[in-house]
Amino acid sequence: MMKTLQVLCDSFPYLLGGAGVTAAAVTGAMLLGLLIGVNLAVVQVYCGAWPRRLVGLYVWFFRGVPILVLLFLFYFGLFSVLGINLSTFVAVILVLGMTSGAYQSQIYRGAIQSLPQGQLKAARALGMSDRRAILSIILPQALRLSIPGFSNEYSILLKDSALAYALGTPEIMARTHFVASRTYEHLPLYLMAALLYFALTWIGVKLLRKLEEKVRIPGYSLN
Amino acid sequence: MTDQTMVLRVENISKRLGGRQILKDVSLELHRGELKVLIGPSGGGKSTLLQCINFLIPPDEGRIWLGEQQIEIHRKQDLYAYRQKVGMIFQDFNLFDHLNALDNVSIALRKVKKIARKDAEERAMRELERVGLGDKTTLYPSQLSGGQKQRVSIARALAMDPEALLLDEPTSALDPELIGEVLGVIRNLAQDGMTMIMATHQLGFIRTLADDILFMQDGQIIEQGSPAELLDAENGSRTQAFCAKLNELSDESET
Repeated sequence: MMKTLQVLCDSFPYLLGGAGVTAAAVTGAMLLGLLIGVNLAVVQVYCGAWPRRLVGLYVWFFRGVPILVLLFLFYFGLFSVLGINLSTFVAVILVLGMTSGAYQSQIYRGAIQSLPQGQLKAARALGMSDRRAILSIILPQALRLSIPGFSNEYSILLKDSALAYALGTPEIMARTHFVASRTYEHLPLYLMAALLYFALTWIGVKLLRKLEEKVRIPGYSLN
Repeated sequence: MTDQTMVLRVENISKRLGGRQILKDVSLELHRGELKVLIGPSGGGKSTLLQCINFLIPPDEGRIWLGEQQIEIHRKQDLYAYRQKVGMIFQDFNLFDHLNALDNVSIALRKVKKIARKDAEERAMRELERVGLGDKTTLYPSQLSGGQKQRVSIARALAMDPEALLLDEPTSALDPELIGEVLGVIRNLAQDGMTMIMATHQLGFIRTLADDILFMQDGQIIEQGSPAELLDAENGSRTQAFCAKLNELSDESET
């Protein structure tokens, strides 16, 4: 019992550092996914048949291949074939970000399509280009509507990020595995890892909920 | 009010949608200070015509001039400039839901006309005061009544200094007691000499203010003339019969 506590106390700062790496990687991936997802969604809603087909292909690919396979495919495969030398941390952000972008695109597409058509018409009638209308009128509304879906995607991606362990990124899972395989305190250590994931989920969802409140349009709720 | 300067000329507009001919060869001219009214049964093409005039719905055939300039839909910059000069009022307002009244009016000034925020907001403020909403500037669309929303949308169009306004049944989504405040604003515009073409079924308004009535049915203008000519009970026009029907309905609902 004493040994267990000892191990937990000694390894806690190390595991907490892992939580920092996980948080940084997932934040980076969510933001990259936001950038990719918004652009894909706009193409899917407003562009012609061929661009739409390309986006469909992208979404189909990243939703259809397991993240673990994608990580290996890009890190050991594509990046080394192309001679791109990236840290596993950056590789994880890129792969998780591209994957999340595919899922996020569908959140934004749904939000854009839920807006009344009159919003775009009114913007056009004032002389706005479609690009201007999308930036100033459509996206500010669609992104607000997307926060609950974004929060959902965050909590899923956070847990998927444990797969980065397979590349040796020093995040929660890799560090826990490292300590556990030396101390044989598997049960308490993996419980600790579970708690760290739980805490990160909770913090992220809470913050997004705050953001949702902050940007809420006055007069738009039922209470 | 009307002089002979041509503001808008629409020539032989046709439009098919979903295999149906919505507009057949429609032509009209709008002179400075003139108020033309579109009237006729629903599905007759009034709304499509108005939206074709500023290319929100691109016409299949036909030509449109603003003053001397023919508008080419493919020259994007010309199209955007043209739309700034031809304001549009929609039946269901289409205010930007994420912006308060002031920003609804000022956003196009800032983002399209590239006017500095402070000047744009001052101008927006003036336009909101002009439609009697100087005290509602910070309210969002969902906090405004239908009549107030429509007045904000009129202020939004006026802020762009349009040469003409297209009004697509501006009062038909409103409760009866809110119609008056919107018609009042439009009446003031007409008296100030704004050039307008308006789809509406408000007979009292048409009788007193319209210079010209265009009766549309099945995608064509089948009758055209002054209210005095077309609404005369003796004359047996299609317009007169239609308006008599409207009158009857409003009498019934009053009793």
